[in-house]
Amino acid sequence: MTGVRATARIVARDDGRGGTALPVLEGDGPLALRRTRASGSEARVMLVGAMSGPLGGDHFAVEAGVERGARLRVGSAAATIALPGQAKGESRYDVRIDVAEGGELHWLPEQLISVQGSDLRVTTRVDLAGSARLVLREEQVLGRVGEEPGRLTSRLSVRVAGRTVLDQELGCGPGAPGGWDGPAVLGGHRAVGQLVVVRPEFAREPVAARMLGEHAALVPLAGPAVLVSAIASDALRLRRVLDEALAFLG
Amino acid sequence: MSRGALLVLADGRFPAGGHAHSGGAEAAVKAGRVTGAAGLGEFCRGRLHTAGLVSAAVAAAAVLGADPGELDLAVDARTPSPALRVASRRLGRQLMRAARATWPSAELDALAREFPKGAHQPVVLGLVARSAGLGAEDAAYCAAYESVSGPASATVRLLSLDPFDATAVLARLAPELDLVADRAVEAGRRVLAEGVDELPCAAAPLLEIGAEAHAAWAVRLFAS
Repeated sequence: MTGVRATARIVARDDGRGGTALPVLEGDGPLALRRTRASGSEARVMLVGAMSGPLGGDHFAVEAGVERGARLRVGSAAATIALPGQAKGESRYDVRIDVAEGGELHWLPEQLISVQGSDLRVTTRVDLAGSARLVLREEQVLGRVGEEPGRLTSRLSVRVAGRTVLDQELGCGPGAPGGWDGPAVLGGHRAVGQLVVVRPEFAREPVAARMLGEHAALVPLAGPAVLVSAIASDALRLRRVLDEALAFLG
Repeated sequence: MSRGALLVLADGRFPAGGHAHSGGAEAAVKAGRVTGAAGLGEFCRGRLHTAGLVSAAVAAAAVLGADPGELDLAVDARTPSPALRVASRRLGRQLMRAARATWPSAELDALAREFPKGAHQPVVLGLVARSAGLGAEDAAYCAAYESVSGPASATVRLLSLDPFDATAVLARLAPELDLVADRAVEAGRRVLAEGVDELPCAAAPLLEIGAEAHAAWAVRLFAS
């Protein structure tokens, strides 16, 4: 038994009249896409899970392209829940994002919840042109309430003008490299998140590093980008810290 | 390879400045995340499989001849904390100074010229290993071992931990050190064929966050 293969595609294009058109908005199977009300020049898309999953053996992908000068905001209607499935082996969720010169993307999906017994590998790869702008949030919740997490490996890489400014992979859950839950990595916390903000002006005016409470830090990366890295006991507290960080950056 | 040269390079007394750094242990002890030998063991295990693996793979790739400039950029991308990037470059510069006196080579001179403020430590370590006639596996072992020996000896000072207990922690990690060194060399070989994206990029959020908290302290025993 093999899992489900599905690829959703979004292309955002400057419509020449001060707005953003979506010439491609293709959902696929469990990945449905809905256009929601635009805000100014920004088009908005909601990712709606039309089936549960990813389950074991599934391979989902989302490809988003923001063309020159276009502005897009993508959210999701609910958390993504990685579940064990009848098919053996890991499931995969790959996100590929390209933002061209002058384009702007806000990628703000809800949490990814790793359920006991699940086995998911996530890769998120972002390629930005030199003058592109990005706000990207990722949150991983390890297990439902009171439950041990599944196996989750999540890699996030961000390139700006061809140079990799961030490449990080977090592995957790049963079978992950040793020490993942220990005092060097997660220290027993069950929610972990990243917020990446890329703006060309950070090259001229870098943001200084700062702590956001005890378990989160806002740091300038080696490039025109800022990372907020946070861990928390639960999804609610994690979101609060990342929201505060975003408000701080303005 | 020269086993003698490997011992000289891996010796904690090699004058490359490592003793001034705790590898995140000082922040973890202050925050109460490490309170004894058991916590130290889990701390070291986590560091070995994240920062240790990345450093070991970078060092191995450098020995095998990957471009040092590209490796240096790859370390930047794998080190979100600016405090840790600064510490890594400082350690790289100190290692460079010691190595140019012990195993001088044109390659080290060229790297020093390219990075006057210091290249990242594992990049330098790889080229130092080459100059000393060592191989990729040797460099990977040095980097992986350093990733745990530094925190262990720092914790002896920070917690007045029994040095026997700290050394037992390291000894118990030996099989995992072998594993990490193997994976690092494999990754180093893939870098030559496929490029630096093949390097592992294992993240340790508490090491990164703790390093930023630590850098803001007014008084500290260790530099990082």
